[in-house]
Parts: sequence; C-alpha cells; structure tokens
Amino acid sequence: MTLHATGLSLAADGVDHLKEVTATFRPGRLHTVIGRTLAGKTTLLRVLAGLQRVDSGSLTRDGADFLRTPVWRRDTAMVYQQFINYPHLDVRDNVAFPLRRAGLAREEIERRVEQSLARVGLAEFKERRPSQLSGGQQQRVAIARALAREASILLFDEPFANLDYKLREQLREEFKTLFSDQGDAVVIYTTTDPAEAMMLGDVVLVMHEGRIVQAGAPHEVFDRPATTTVARIVNDPPMNVFPGRIDGDLITVAGLPAGGVPGHLAGLADGAYQFGLRATDVGLAQSGVEGEVTFVEISGSETFVHAVAGQTPFVMQIEGIHDVALGEQVFMRLRPERLFAFDEEGALVRSPACETVLAGGR
Amino acid sequence: MARLDLADVGHSYVPDAAEERWALKPLRLTFEDARTYALVGPSGCGKSTLLGILSGLVTPSRGRVLFDGADVTDLPTKARNIAQVFQFPVIYRSMTVYDNLAFPLRCRRWDRARIDAKVRQVAEALDLGGRLRQQARRLTADDKQLISLGRGLVRDDVAALLMDEPLTTIDPQLKFTLRRKIREITEQFRPTVIYVTHDQYEAMSFAQELLVMDGGRVVQQGTPEQLFEAPSSTYVGWFIGSPPMNFLTVEHAREGLSLGGRPLAAAWDAPQVTARPQVGIRPEYVRIVTEPGANTFPARLRGVQDHGAQRVLEVDLAGQPVRAKVPREDGVPGVEEFLVHLPRTKILPYVDGRLATLP
Repeated sequence: MTLHATGLSLAADGVDHLKEVTATFRPGRLHTVIGRTLAGKTTLLRVLAGLQRVDSGSLTRDGADFLRTPVWRRDTAMVYQQFINYPHLDVRDNVAFPLRRAGLAREEIERRVEQSLARVGLAEFKERRPSQLSGGQQQRVAIARALAREASILLFDEPFANLDYKLREQLREEFKTLFSDQGDAVVIYTTTDPAEAMMLGDVVLVMHEGRIVQAGAPHEVFDRPATTTVARIVNDPPMNVFPGRIDGDLITVAGLPAGGVPGHLAGLADGAYQFGLRATDVGLAQSGVEGEVTFVEISGSETFVHAVAGQTPFVMQIEGIHDVALGEQVFMRLRPERLFAFDEEGALVRSPACETVLAGGR
Repeated sequence: MARLDLADVGHSYVPDAAEERWALKPLRLTFEDARTYALVGPSGCGKSTLLGILSGLVTPSRGRVLFDGADVTDLPTKARNIAQVFQFPVIYRSMTVYDNLAFPLRCRRWDRARIDAKVRQVAEALDLGGRLRQQARRLTADDKQLISLGRGLVRDDVAALLMDEPLTTIDPQLKFTLRRKIREITEQFRPTVIYVTHDQYEAMSFAQELLVMDGGRVVQQGTPEQLFEAPSSTYVGWFIGSPPMNFLTVEHAREGLSLGGRPLAAAWDAPQVTARPQVGIRPEYVRIVTEPGANTFPARLRGVQDHGAQRVLEVDLAGQPVRAKVPREDGVPGVEEFLVHLPRTKILPYVDGRLATLP
C-alpha cells in the first residue's frame, strides 16, 4: 500500500497551509515529518485522514484516487498530541471500542486488545480508568487503540509533545521497536524535534511554510540539507548560516578573513556564498573570527556561547563548562573542513565530507 | 527582592495522613536574594506544591514561610507581594502592550512619570519597545508570554518572581529566544526567581541552582555542573542528563574493583561494603577506542541511535548495557566488537542507589 500525494495545496485566510505538497509514503516505513509550529504538519495528516479538504492536487492509494474516499473507508488510525480516551471506559474497552464498532468477532477483538496492550506495556492496567493513569500511560492507551485497529495508515501528530521529558525519552526509544513489526502499514509521525525526527524516521520529510522542502533518509537530510532553511530546521541549535566570500584560495566571513579554502570546497567559483556551520563546529580559540559574546547558557555537560561578529550571530556548542563573560571579545574558530556552502539564494552547493568510520567500513 | 525561608515546611492534601504520604515532606530551605532557582522533577514530585506554598496558594500543614525574616505563612497571595508567570500567558487582550505592562503599577497608584519610565525600561529589555502601542491580542504566543513576564518585572518591589512551566506551550524553536530573554532580564533586574519545570534542559540552562525533587523530597540541590558531574543518587543520575547516566554493577577485587573480570581503576577508594557496589558514568564520557589500556573493556555494539550531531551507541559491556554519546563525525564502529574506555576520573561509586564517596 503506497500513498502518493501530488501538488496538494490548501490555503485559508491568505495563508498557505499546504503548498504544492508532493510526497510518497511507502508501506512498512516510518516517515517523520519535521517542521516548526504551523509548518503544515498537522494539516497534512488531517488531509491524509480525510478530515480536511484541499483546494487542489491529488492523493492516490496504490494508484487509485484517495481524496474522495470517505473517512471511514480510509483504514486510517490517528494519535493526537492531546491524548484522547473515553473517560467512562476502562483501558480494555477504550482499546476495543473501534473494533466493536467495526463489528469484529469477539475472539478477534480479545486477541488484538491483549496484543496491543502488551506491546505498549499496559497488560497489567486493563481494568483501570484513564483518570487512574499517568499522562504517559494515557498516551500509551491511545497508541494501543491505534495499533489494535491494524490500520494500513497510522498517523501520529506529535504524540509525545505534552509529556514529561524523561517519559518522552523513554517512549521515543520504545516507539522504534513498536513499529519494527508493523508489517505493511504506512506510518507517519510529526515532530518539531530534530533528534526525534532523525532517531525514529526511516524517511525524514522537512516541512516549511506548507511545503515539503526536502525528503530523504535521515543521514541524507542531515548531511546534505538542500537549503539553508532545511539546515536550520534539522539542527538543534539551528545551524549557523552566515554570509561570506571565496576569493582565490581564501575565505572571508562577515568581512573578516577566515582561513584557506578547505579541500571539499576546492574548485568553487570566486564570489559570494552563504556558509553553514553546526554549533558543534564553531569553537573558542586564540585567533580567528572576532566576535562579542551576547549570551552564555550551560546545560550541565555543555556550554552554548552566543556571539556576534559584525552583524552576524553565531552559536557555539562547546564540551564542558566554560566561564565566558557577557560582552567579552572572543575569537571563534570556524572549522573549515566542516563548512557547508550555499549559494546566495540558499541552495546547497557543497557539503563537508561525510563522517569518518572507526575501525573499518560499515 | 527578598530572601525566602521555609522552616520545617511540609504539606499533605489529605488530613491526618501519615508523614510518609505527604505531598511535601517537611523540609528546611533557603532561597537567597537575587538568585535563580529551578525546581525540577516528574509529575507528582512535589514541585508545584512547594511553589504553591511560596505563592500562598497552599497553606502548609506544618512549618513557617518567611520573606526576609517576616512570617507570611498565613498571608494570602495578594498580600505577599510576589509576581507570577504561568504556563499560559495572562494578558489583557483588549489593551495595548504598554497598558498591559503599566496595569500592575496603576493598580498600585504609582505616578504617571514613574510608570512611564519603568514600562519603557522593561519593554526595552524585552525587545517590545517598538510595539508598545500594539494591541496585545495581535501578538504571537511567545510575545504574549514575554508580556506576562514583563508584568512581573515592572514591580521592582516584589519579593520574588515565581514561574510555573512558563515555556511549556512555546514552540521549541522559539523557546530558545524566550529562555535567553528571561536569562538576560533576570541578570539585569536580579530578582529572586523560583522556576518550576519538568524539563531538565530548561532548568540547567536557566537557573544558577537546581533542586531535584522526587516523592515530595528535595533529593539534591546544586549547580547544573554539580548535578551533572556528581549526582547524589542513581535517581538524579537518571533524571538529569539525556540519555541518563550509565550504572554498572562491579565486583570487589583483591585490590579495588573489577568489571567483567578486569580491574577497574577509580579516583577514589572502593567503598567498604559487603553489598555489590555500582559505578556510574555519563554517556558523554564513555569512549570507543581501538587500543587496549587501563580501564578499557571489550564491548559489543547492540544498537545505534542517530540524534543528528551526536549518536548514542548502545553497547554491551561484560553483559551489562552501556550507552556512549559520540560526536557524529566519530562515525559508527565498523565492527561489532571493539573496546570501550571508562576514564578513571569520570566514574563514581554508588551503594544502594546513593553516591558512596566523593572523589
């Protein structure tokens, strides 16, 4: 079962919620859709579920029109950010409810309820009411109900966004295993968290202002972001993007000399570029690009130093705890071998060499 | 701003409950003037109860609350002179940004010139200076939250600024901007801040001191660095840090400790206990190496989590799971069996879930 969207567009009140969305969702794959709030992620899921109409474009399932398929024949299960359970039903009945409505045999319902509750680790909680469960457990019930449907399309709209971070960490790890044997279902999962998108997705789709701006395997999107926008969205903190120039074998950044042209950028024409560097690839040094520290944050194991060079803001992610004063003049070392080069419109021109592999190939 | 003391304060929502079941077990705490504190812990750990006791929303079952030495235990919120910021912005939608900020001061009958000066100072600090005439309803969620915060800051006579999950409903991409603003203005205005969050990352990047809570108790208080480098219990090691700290069960050897039959050197003396001790090490300090050496153990790769700039390698070390957080550019070991180095100065001893000796 393959879903194929072509040129889906939807506007309301002059705002594009979906703009020419073209994407393919394949069976047995977990697709993560990453984008900021209001990027169009929820709208896309609602359109796939049949809850929202589009202005134009087509949607097919295995080649047959899907846009005009009624909601109840779409064989789609959805889990929302705000978990929804029936408060008057116990956990077992919450999961069984849609199965009973679908008229399944009692033994089959029993089997699916048992199996899906076991998968989300709630086998012991069948008799509880939702109000007797923690937030994380309630969301597990909602996930179990979606699993029990054995639907061919599973949609998850930021399912862990409202949970405590420790719980999020745990459920995120379980989620991957949970879907490793989902068979041929198409699974689509939206998130605003780059790490979550990378970690869970077999395929990552990056959305921005209603468009899918890039789609591919996680490492492709991360290592070769098609535009500066993608580079910012898939990195946390967002990738540093700054104007610069290549002149002969020298690079200038924010009007300041920033060293020689590294190997992977050799052969690029002279002229203006936008360069990108991850926060982990900018550090404090004795010399380099001079900037003024505007902000310092410590996260226990790392220090985030924000500095501005000329008009250009930078963020550095440095291992360990460093005492840097606000307003201090510092030198930043931009690791030339990690530079991404984008053209002036923001399209990727060159990316740094991919990672090294320890102790042989893999 | 003031120094806040809790003297033997505890609370139970259920009358006559045994102390073991209180939402907040009796404790002594001091929040120093002009410092920023974060209360962190999972739902039900007691952090909201503690905040409620400070704000006057909850009258403690036991103990006294003192603001700069004055007993406020029986005073209602209104009489405590505190500013509060909640999870959802509280603003007057029909008023301008200016009037929203001026409102608490007009209520206190400040004269017009003094109000104007203060509103402009705070608006400047919050980057709202250009939008003072704008209707508040037209603002984005994070700007609205900034105004809520600004309203807390215009009154420089408040005893403390209490914030309850102020960033929970904010877009992750904007959280950073807002966190930075909150930090900047707390550094400028130096209020005493008590900040409640379930997000350890938010707490660590914001507060000078963290109080980790669990089961109605403060289980550890310290700077972000102290909590990261020396968690007082396996609970704190798990709660602070992502992925959590690794804990490995080790054996007593003739000299010191051993792990999987190999000696494990540490910067401290092995705890003199009969129980089998555990050692804790942060995933950030576990190193994948190719050369054998001290504290180097054979390991097997079980799984890889790709987080983007970092990867988490799930490793089996002497039959126990260990996670290593490695930079992306280090790559993934190309072989299933390799060596793991546990730096001597980065391992800590735990006995019965508690930190045994401080190195």
